[in-house]
Amino acid sequence: MNFELLTQLIINGLIVGLLYGVVGMCFVLVYKSTQIVNFCQGEFLLIGAWVCWAFLVYLQLPFIVGFLLTLVFMAGFGMLLQMIVLRPMIGEPIISVIMVTIGLSMFFQALMKWIFGVSAESYPKVFSQETFEIFGLRVEAAYLMSTGFALVIMAAFYWFFKYSKQGLAMRATAFDQQVAQSLGISVKRVFAMSWAIAATVSATAGVVIGMVNGVSDSLSVIGIKVFPAVILGGLDSIIGAIVGGLIIGVLENVAEFFDGQYLHWGNLYDIAPFYVLLIILWFKPYGLFGTKDIERI
Amino acid sequence: MSAIAKIETPPPMLSVNNIEVVYDEVIQVLRGVTLAVPEGDIVTLLGPNGAGKSTTLKAISGLLRSEYGEVTRGDIHFMGERVDKQFAEEIVRTGMFQVMEGRRIIEDMTSLDNLKLGAYTRNDTQNIARDIEMVYHFFPRLKERTGLAGYLSGGEQQMLAIGRALMARPKMILLDEPSMGLSPLLVKEVFKIIEQINKEQGITILLVEQNANYALRAADYGYIMESGKIVMDGTSEYLLSNEDVKEFYLGGGNEERKSFKNLKSYKRRKRWL
Repeated sequence: MNFELLTQLIINGLIVGLLYGVVGMCFVLVYKSTQIVNFCQGEFLLIGAWVCWAFLVYLQLPFIVGFLLTLVFMAGFGMLLQMIVLRPMIGEPIISVIMVTIGLSMFFQALMKWIFGVSAESYPKVFSQETFEIFGLRVEAAYLMSTGFALVIMAAFYWFFKYSKQGLAMRATAFDQQVAQSLGISVKRVFAMSWAIAATVSATAGVVIGMVNGVSDSLSVIGIKVFPAVILGGLDSIIGAIVGGLIIGVLENVAEFFDGQYLHWGNLYDIAPFYVLLIILWFKPYGLFGTKDIERI
Repeated sequence: MSAIAKIETPPPMLSVNNIEVVYDEVIQVLRGVTLAVPEGDIVTLLGPNGAGKSTTLKAISGLLRSEYGEVTRGDIHFMGERVDKQFAEEIVRTGMFQVMEGRRIIEDMTSLDNLKLGAYTRNDTQNIARDIEMVYHFFPRLKERTGLAGYLSGGEQQMLAIGRALMARPKMILLDEPSMGLSPLLVKEVFKIIEQINKEQGITILLVEQNANYALRAADYGYIMESGKIVMDGTSEYLLSNEDVKEFYLGGGNEERKSFKNLKSYKRRKRWL
């Protein structure tokens, strides 16, 4: 057994898993505060990555400036998307809202292809040194940055929802919208804010992944990958999303290892998370950290 | 006996004029409700289940909208401002705070966070810590309970709900059935605190209650609602001594009915509607 490769893959899995966790957190945030299952989560990554790429390549802006502008753009984009498309859907059956987000996902994928073309593009070099050696393992600089970003974002989420006034207001809204209103919280603003945060944070993940793999359509696949992560953790648990993300990240890499070394079935990397998801949901239908809801049917 | 004529000067803090409320555009719940709450008073709104008491409160606080209800006729004025077209979150900022039926605290937060959220509309952050101490002065038990609010007992949750309202520093509190589901001893305590808040903080209170006895003892003035209408009103002394109120709400009535033999043939003497 090739332990060195396995360790390398597990570490890659953890790094990618943290990013899944970050995107998963955004998904849970939108689901918790607005009760919308957002199928165009992956497109946030795609749009963010392309917009940042355009800032860097077309406008020749320095990375930091382009990146910050992307975040501002995505915050506005998420807010407008909620206000224009999803706000009129409040009170509609959940399936209609889901169809709308699926429609949005297709629309934005097509839009990005139309604007930026179908071929993958790579980011201009950001780091002078591409890879680092840490304890004899090769780690890409962009991955190091992504880990840093992911941890900072997670810490920021924790602080925001535990201590900040707006964070508490968002949790109150997630718990009971009518009570939130009775406290003077504008539910509309909370909805817009949660979409803005989800779009911005997902775009960060999009840019980071884009820097490593290049920007292409495949970025939006992360939106689908996040599903097993989030469902595994329980749809309404932010910590669950992180744990789920890490598990899925490690799992797909370990599956890849065994597939490449022994099984030779091919493509386990993409499939394995869903198998495990299926098995876990058999035993824990609400995910590992989800709250049990008693519903009358 | 007419309340409206009596308190026209000075203008009451809250005046509800002949409002009609319709849910889902078809179900009419309120059919012309008029009431007035003068500044500094405790006014109580009594009536049986389904009379429209909670709906009246929600119409005033603007929370009706989130239940697909609408004020279709009449108007509501609070401190000289028309509020029936405003959103709930705007009305809170004018100084009116509703404590909803069933406490409705945020169970997955600590009681301290619940209190902090009560002060959501306030900008004077430096005074919030002082006001939290003020709430603890009223409800010492809340200070000891540092865990999640969902694990508090019913009485403690009610206290937290009232404390959360105080954190908004409102001019008026709408209280919807604060005694619901509490033990007799706690009911007594809650009413004592309601009177204390009214006196010490100068907060005007509109109180919806099933427990007519306690409510009238605490209140200055009372309204009685049935099927979406005000059927009777008067000072609490008047209502407490009124034979019909005694019979329907206070469990008393004429002396001769006290006999067990007569109880079997008891018939409701009259209805207002």
